[in-house]
Amino acid sequence: MNFQLSKEQEMVRKMVREFAVTEAEPIAADIDKEHRFPEETVKKMADYGLLGVPFPTELGGAGGDYISYAITVEELSRVCASTGVICSAHTSLCCWPIFAWGTDEQKAKYLPPLLKGEKLGAFGLTEPNAGTDAGGQQTRAIDMGDHWLLNGSKVFITNGGYAETFVVIAMTDKSKGTRGGISAFIVEKDFEGFSIGKTEDKMGICASSTTELIFQNCKVPKENLLGNIGDGFKVALSTLDGGRIGIASQALGIAQGAFDITVEYMKARKQFGKKLSQMEALQFEIADMKTRIEAARLLIYKAADMKEKHLPYGPASAMAKLFAAETAMHVTTKAVQLHGGYGYTKDYPVERMMRDAKITEIYEGTSEVQKIVIAASVFGK
Amino acid sequence: MAIKVIKDKCKGCKLCIKACPFDAIDMDGKLAVINEKCTACNQCIAACPFDAIEKTEDNKVVDLSAYKHVWVYAEQRNGKLMNVALELIGEGYRLAREISEDTKVCAVLVGDEIKGLADECYAYGADSVYLLEDPLLKNFTTDAYTKVMVDAINEYKPEIVLLGATHIGRDLAPRVAARLNTGLTADCTRLDVRVSSYIDYANKNTTLDTSSLDPNDPSTGIKQTRPAFGGNLMATIICPKTRPQMSTVRPGVMQRREKVEGAKGELVNVKVAISESDIKTKIIEIVKSAKELVSLTDADIICSGGRGLGDPSGFKVIKEFADKVGGVVGSSRAAVDAGWIDHSHQVGQTGTTVKPKIYFACGISGAIQHLAGMQTSDIIVAINKDADAPIFEVADFGIVGDLYKVIPQIIKEWDSAEDLFEASLK
Amino acid sequence: MAFKIIVLAKQVPDTNEIKIDPVKKTLIREGVPSILNHDDANALEEALKIKDMFDDVHITVVTMGPPQAKDMLAECLAMGADDGVLVSDRAVGGSDTWATSNALAAAIHKIGKFDLLFAGRQAIDGDTAQVGPQCAEKLGVPQVTYVTEFKIEKNMKDITVKRALEDGYELISIQTPCMLTAIKELNTPRYMSIGGIFDVKNKTINVWNAKDIEVDLATVGLDASPTNVFRSFTPAPKGKGVMIEADTEKEAADKLLINLKAKHVI
Repeated sequence: MNFQLSKEQEMVRKMVREFAVTEAEPIAADIDKEHRFPEETVKKMADYGLLGVPFPTELGGAGGDYISYAITVEELSRVCASTGVICSAHTSLCCWPIFAWGTDEQKAKYLPPLLKGEKLGAFGLTEPNAGTDAGGQQTRAIDMGDHWLLNGSKVFITNGGYAETFVVIAMTDKSKGTRGGISAFIVEKDFEGFSIGKTEDKMGICASSTTELIFQNCKVPKENLLGNIGDGFKVALSTLDGGRIGIASQALGIAQGAFDITVEYMKARKQFGKKLSQMEALQFEIADMKTRIEAARLLIYKAADMKEKHLPYGPASAMAKLFAAETAMHVTTKAVQLHGGYGYTKDYPVERMMRDAKITEIYEGTSEVQKIVIAASVFGK
Repeated sequence: MAIKVIKDKCKGCKLCIKACPFDAIDMDGKLAVINEKCTACNQCIAACPFDAIEKTEDNKVVDLSAYKHVWVYAEQRNGKLMNVALELIGEGYRLAREISEDTKVCAVLVGDEIKGLADECYAYGADSVYLLEDPLLKNFTTDAYTKVMVDAINEYKPEIVLLGATHIGRDLAPRVAARLNTGLTADCTRLDVRVSSYIDYANKNTTLDTSSLDPNDPSTGIKQTRPAFGGNLMATIICPKTRPQMSTVRPGVMQRREKVEGAKGELVNVKVAISESDIKTKIIEIVKSAKELVSLTDADIICSGGRGLGDPSGFKVIKEFADKVGGVVGSSRAAVDAGWIDHSHQVGQTGTTVKPKIYFACGISGAIQHLAGMQTSDIIVAINKDADAPIFEVADFGIVGDLYKVIPQIIKEWDSAEDLFEASLK
Repeated sequence: MAFKIIVLAKQVPDTNEIKIDPVKKTLIREGVPSILNHDDANALEEALKIKDMFDDVHITVVTMGPPQAKDMLAECLAMGADDGVLVSDRAVGGSDTWATSNALAAAIHKIGKFDLLFAGRQAIDGDTAQVGPQCAEKLGVPQVTYVTEFKIEKNMKDITVKRALEDGYELISIQTPCMLTAIKELNTPRYMSIGGIFDVKNKTINVWNAKDIEVDLATVGLDASPTNVFRSFTPAPKGKGVMIEADTEKEAADKLLINLKAKHVI
């Protein structure tokens, strides 16, 4: 057991915090209000290696580890959850499946621009009638001999409007069902027949781009099949296992950010002649928030460490995400409460954090789905 | 310490001459000879392949008594004396008289055709003026000014050398001190020679426990007090073993003396030896600032903004405020660090020290480093949302409130202050 | 031959974070983070810009301090510097600027020939601005301080800099080798990069003691320093003033103006 971060991980935290506080925090409220994707921040994230943290340098990555990646998403989300999820969806949901499932040719072609952040990535699984229930896929991929033909649509795709490389899941053989019947493809933005549909108007993470993907006779080259035919379900599940570490880190960051702001507020705000920080009932709330945050952090770093060490980490990442998301919701709700009326206004960032926190209980598997995954690891499938 | 060539080991290879940064080695036939330019930098020892150069330690105690008088580097730019030069003549005068009756304060003028400035130096209290003139000294260059100052100090042996802590003084002084191998204290805000005056100062203005100091101590070594750690700590520095004792002194802190028109003193024309090859930098152009003139040091009223403004646009309100009251815009370091306003507006330890009649601190919490630069203002008005902000500790008048609401009211009522005052008396 | 840049840097306590114990009147240094001195980050950034622009540029960051200063050097390497040198020895402890520059000059001498020596104008803990120029003096190179703009020609020899003055600026030409000190206005320092952080392990940080740098022990450390601290103390805050009590902003403004008028300052 070793609960100490390495020097490198400490430096990653220091660097990303500095970056986040300087680049992301000052515009966080504005981009939330304007529902504006922070292209300028993403460009800088690319320059500093934030979009390829846990991948080898040979492919254009930063040569880091998964705990460093978790810290990166956490620190970005601490000031701006939208910026955090841009990094998480790109890294976990697009770069990782290509890295893990791609052929050498696919990796050589797609990863360097993704890991250097020259191109942004996204992942298309969810459909109007198929969320986590991947077997309900209605997007079809038909083998046309020299290419695949995709038809259908995807919804709620993070980074959709700004990504150039997509990992897309589609049904290749309905008769084979979920396992064996669906496959994964790498789709480029400019492929014929591929377009971006409606952009969602969301409650939180308003600066992240969440869109529909539309495939109308979209031609995908043969060599863009990711994994073997029929591997799609495995690609999707393994991708989500890793993605949950990213979202858990996002949730942790949101919680930590709201916590830090609340502590400062309580030291300054006086009521009944006393600072809030001197009131025991409120101190207890803070103690509870702090404990949950620390527990979430340990679960996340443990899952990340298991992934780094190639140990089975599915249930660990599900527990991390479940707990971190609930922590984010708990802490941000309390943060607003402790701020009183001010917390409910947009003058303080805690209301945004509370709105942002909610999504972490929903996407990349709702809390209920995490419980299914965790229960399955207990009772078997 | 001295560098010596061991005669029978030297082969005359001249490698040491190439290695010497100071042109301090000459050839005497086939033998290297160290000249007086040597600073004992050791470069030649390392360069000599024959171990023919060594450093000898001499235990000669420097005779400090050979050094007399207080020198003030009377900085001039473009033929005009800087304010700090006059302030330092005033301070030098005070120190000289504290040392002894016959200790003089001497203004050192370096430049070209600047003899005319001598009268101004006398008028503000200089007993003597040392004049270092040469066409090559027309504008400040580190190389030329260092050389002539070092030569003059070596020849006349002043006990104390004061320079203004200007961009030029802080460039020149460390170079001169390093070449003279003497101590230098930067950016001083208080100088004393007599222990008794130091005790007086400390008792009045500081938290220092002076009980261990003897007011009858006859020593007159300089005690140089300066802020450190961003103004969180004051340190008093001494220079007991070497001479001259050198300080750079913060502009705007010392008092100039009452001008005595027609005062006369002794003029010493110092022979300067400087050639073009001594000067390694070339000034292409000197430009007076085209940007908004921020003369914080001379302002009677300063309106400063800090992090409490919330964003850079807050300085528009501050500017409007300053325009109304005839003041100058200042800022805290936090606002400068945030990139909201140019560094030239910064008041505080790392910015400008100001002493206006009124200092308005708006949205400034009062970090100690800021207080260091403005707490001697005649009147401090603080406007801040946080009633516990440390700025209120130093404020003469404090308003707890939203500066965006309070300042417009002050602007609005400013012109009717007289009436308000009259009305308040009734 | 590589173009060699030496950057002088210092690990300093973040003086913005230092507070004074209101009762004991002592500095509270606990929990104050150590950082790369701001002006030094500007110096390093300018060196890195030269490295970005030209081939075969080598940057060595040199510092003197306790062993922990290695962390700061690691950050400099993660920003892009090639290697680091830490001069660390009890014998050099307590050095004033004169003695510090002796030690640093000796270390630089050991590193070897350099083209450019870049330092920050001053460190935020001491605020002396003396070590850069004094190193230049010991090394026998010319200097320009308060540099706000820097340009080097393709010949890697001719440099033009803009030097800030209180009332304007000077344009100065100078040739390598030389020493320049950077101020905030020179540039915006980059962050470390994630790739840079994980590349630190492939770079070298040399830790040298006084013997390694072959410095004359009579010229370094506390005893050798010409200046010594005589006394130190915390500044005294002024007495508490008047808090203006008012129900409205207008009332507060009026009361303030009446008070200022009464003091004959307006």
